[in-house]
Amino acid sequence: MGESKLDLLQGTLDVMVLQTLQVMGSLHGYGLARRIEQVSGDEVLLNQGTIYASLVRLQQREWITAKWGTSDHNRKAKFYSITKSGQKQLAHDTAYWQRLAGVMGRVLATQAEGDKE
Amino acid sequence: MTFSPKELLSRLRSFFQKNELDVELDKEMAAHLEMAVEENVRRGMSKEEARRQALVRFGGIQQAREQHRESRGLPGLDVVTQDLRFTFRTLRRDRGFTIVAVLILAIGIGANVAVFSVVDTILLRPLPFPEAQQLVRIVEKNPKAGESSMTYSADATQDFQQQNRSFQSVSGYFAFTGPDNFKLMGKGQPIPVTGLLVAEGFFQTLGVTPAAGRLFRHEEFVEHAQPVALLSYPFWKRQFGGDASIVGRTINLSNTSVTVIGVLPQTFDFGAVFSPGARVDMFTQFIMDDFREDGNDLALVGRLKPGVTLPEAQMEADQLFPTFYFEHKHPNYGKGYTGQLTGLKEYVSGKLRRSLIVLWCAVGLILLIVCVNLSNLLLVRAAARGKEFAMRSALGATRARIVRQLLTESLILAAAGGACGLGLAYAGLLYLSHQGSIALPLLSMVRIDGAALAWTLLIAAAAAVLFGLAPGIRISSGNLQTALKESGQGVGEGRRHDRMRATLVVTEIALACVLLVGAGLLLRSFLRVLDVDLGFQPSHAAAISVDYNDGGNAAKRVAIWQNVIQRVSMIPGVETAGISDNLPMSRNRSWGISAKGQAQPKNSQFIPIFVYIVSHGYLKSMGMRLIEGRDISWEDMYDNRNVVILNETIARRLWPGEDPIGRIAIAGGQETQVIGVIADVRESSAEDSAGAQMYLPATKNFGPEGANLVVRSTLPPTALAKSIMTTLRQINPEQPRTEFKPIQDLVDHATSPRRFFVLLVGSFAGLGLLLASLGIYGVVSYSVTRQTREIGIRMALGATESRVQLDVIWETLRLALIGVAVGIAGSLAVARLIASLLFRTAPTDPITFVAMVVLLGGVALLAGYLPARRASRIDPMIALRAN
Repeated sequence: MGESKLDLLQGTLDVMVLQTLQVMGSLHGYGLARRIEQVSGDEVLLNQGTIYASLVRLQQREWITAKWGTSDHNRKAKFYSITKSGQKQLAHDTAYWQRLAGVMGRVLATQAEGDKE
Repeated sequence: MTFSPKELLSRLRSFFQKNELDVELDKEMAAHLEMAVEENVRRGMSKEEARRQALVRFGGIQQAREQHRESRGLPGLDVVTQDLRFTFRTLRRDRGFTIVAVLILAIGIGANVAVFSVVDTILLRPLPFPEAQQLVRIVEKNPKAGESSMTYSADATQDFQQQNRSFQSVSGYFAFTGPDNFKLMGKGQPIPVTGLLVAEGFFQTLGVTPAAGRLFRHEEFVEHAQPVALLSYPFWKRQFGGDASIVGRTINLSNTSVTVIGVLPQTFDFGAVFSPGARVDMFTQFIMDDFREDGNDLALVGRLKPGVTLPEAQMEADQLFPTFYFEHKHPNYGKGYTGQLTGLKEYVSGKLRRSLIVLWCAVGLILLIVCVNLSNLLLVRAAARGKEFAMRSALGATRARIVRQLLTESLILAAAGGACGLGLAYAGLLYLSHQGSIALPLLSMVRIDGAALAWTLLIAAAAAVLFGLAPGIRISSGNLQTALKESGQGVGEGRRHDRMRATLVVTEIALACVLLVGAGLLLRSFLRVLDVDLGFQPSHAAAISVDYNDGGNAAKRVAIWQNVIQRVSMIPGVETAGISDNLPMSRNRSWGISAKGQAQPKNSQFIPIFVYIVSHGYLKSMGMRLIEGRDISWEDMYDNRNVVILNETIARRLWPGEDPIGRIAIAGGQETQVIGVIADVRESSAEDSAGAQMYLPATKNFGPEGANLVVRSTLPPTALAKSIMTTLRQINPEQPRTEFKPIQDLVDHATSPRRFFVLLVGSFAGLGLLLASLGIYGVVSYSVTRQTREIGIRMALGATESRVQLDVIWETLRLALIGVAVGIAGSLAVARLIASLLFRTAPTDPITFVAMVVLLGGVALLAGYLPARRASRIDPMIALRAN
């Protein structure tokens, strides 16, 4: 684990999980963790175990559902998939993150201009 | 943290499915790890390395589990259940401590709840009538002569009903009803019944609606109306088995046909409100026209119009009452009543306010002592558990967490104590509310209700915080390092801790001292009341209400009375017997009296005087003392002689410094000759001084209201009752089975409120003493245990047994002395507050103070002696080897 990995902001893991399930369809916990690590290019500091807290939270909010099934390697695992209300929440969160990212970008940019003056 | 209701629900569900969810998570995580290992192996790692890598990437399994629990369940509740589980475990381990603590708390809380319920019922809660605050009792201002000066004539009542503008309605009841004044005939032996006459609109004024049938109607109050009756609920249940078909049926009441028109509700208890301790079985009509020439008969109750205040109504009454004639038919009898308006609630319970508040304070003191005691016990425990807490701190428990744990313990104890206390209070109140012999109003309505439950909750919580606080403070301010280093019975344990415990014990002794002195003063007052010269001798005398039928013929009545007295006197064991219509300390009535030839006898100058219509032998049977002159003779009665016996008070007032014998008095509207003077009799209570009294022979001029046969005998009343009833039945087969009651019962009834308070305050004081001595014992005993080694060393160095004993006892005495000194200061202040409750006892009564201090000192010494003896028996060798 390198020193330059990003700490996850509060709530970001939930969005990542939702987005991953939206794209990949049904996945088990290990698959989810691996997928997030891959997509983030190993830039995110993720203890794989923390994903289960996120999963149970999302489940309680009924944004995802879970079902025991069999993996590709013939192993019993719990598979998660996104629900209708989960998709709605994801759309909402995506818009929020994009707006926030935009705003952050602009704010940081103006500071840079100010430095120049 | 706030959750949406849905989320809260699913979190709650998770909380209760903890184990299942944990198992499922474990399975899931195991699958996760195995998949990770497999992938790593596929990438070419060795088996061990693959496993190690997988675990590293996963992070802590236990942390993941905790995170999982936290995000799915209720973390706060988890901690609480942990605390609870741990508390139950520790309490179960310390079973002795738990039992003692819960027991002490149960007594403290139970006493508080019981007293609160009594106070709530008598003082705080409104009377059990709708809009009870509108109800007003109307009596004469400055009543001087018993019931007769608190009542109004039929004409005055009707004048007030018609002329007032303040009341929705005014009604009343006949105030001179004696117990068992009717007999219910029909099946078998006649049954004694107490029937009360009420004026029109009495129940409507109170707002009472019948449980069955109907109330009286207007046409039932006109002259010669058919007699009808309303039954009280308990009488209906007892006599008619709660049979609803009784309504509309006719019963034979003292040889009159009376139609039952309804049954009153269970919630209506006439005696509880108007005449504590009295039982009323049924109500019949008081028809004004039948009582026009009967004098003052009615006790008045009114219901104010909405929006009319008591002072406004009082102003109106002050204008109206002086204009009312005693009788319209005889304006020469005069006019001029007064009317004092008092809220019915205030009238019923106002006099008891001070006593009840004292009682409430006493029981509050008990709770304080209980809290102090438990504080002490918990401190001992906390000291013994110092290492445990230090260990927990060292393992990462925060101070708040440990204090919370302690508070959980005290809350659990308080909850258990509160529950047991509630049980105690329930039992106690059940007993109390069935004590008809206690003349306290509303007592039969005492029960545990919502308010009492809320009160229990409140004081249990307050107690928990109070007694949980001291050990909590100690722990949270304690030093971790020293606690860990100290051994269990460390020699170096801080003196500061000792001082805290000593302060608590001193507080306890001081509080107990205040309670003891207060109770002592009340007890001494009570003894003084019992010592009062009543003017008659209640022991060895008993009375029974006698039924007879003289057909309204005075001569026949005298013959019947003489026959009854002669036959009863022949029963073995009977010394004397006599008859009076009224007995002391029960029903009374008064007329007016003046000395002939002194002032012009205008009606308003008559002195109110209690009247007793009696037979020959009554005075002797009651044990009343004739100071001069003679008793009433049978000849006086047969010959209708107008003679009278006065008590000292009125004799001295009418003829100061002169011999009253042979003088003529105007009594009851007749000229009567004084033939005797008796020592004053306490006619209404032992505590009030005697008023004017006169005893008239039952003749055609002076008709009695019923007849009470008083029998003086060497035998106990229970042994005589049967033969007396047999004799009465032989004379009159219709004699109902009335009770042969000891005269002492009348006195006991009159003194019962004081007895009640003394008993309660006294037992609270005893409890306080017990708890304080337990406190002393605990502290001294603990310090002996802690100093075992020190004592061992001293004894090894040559200290004698008695020297060690004395030291320990001195420690006890020091605590007791400080406590008593503080307590006496407090007692002096409290004694002044209860001065008005005392009877012939000074608030600084030295005997009481000394006695209580000696008692407290003695108990303290005993509590200190036991550990002292133990200390002196310490074997130095064993003590030194122990550590």
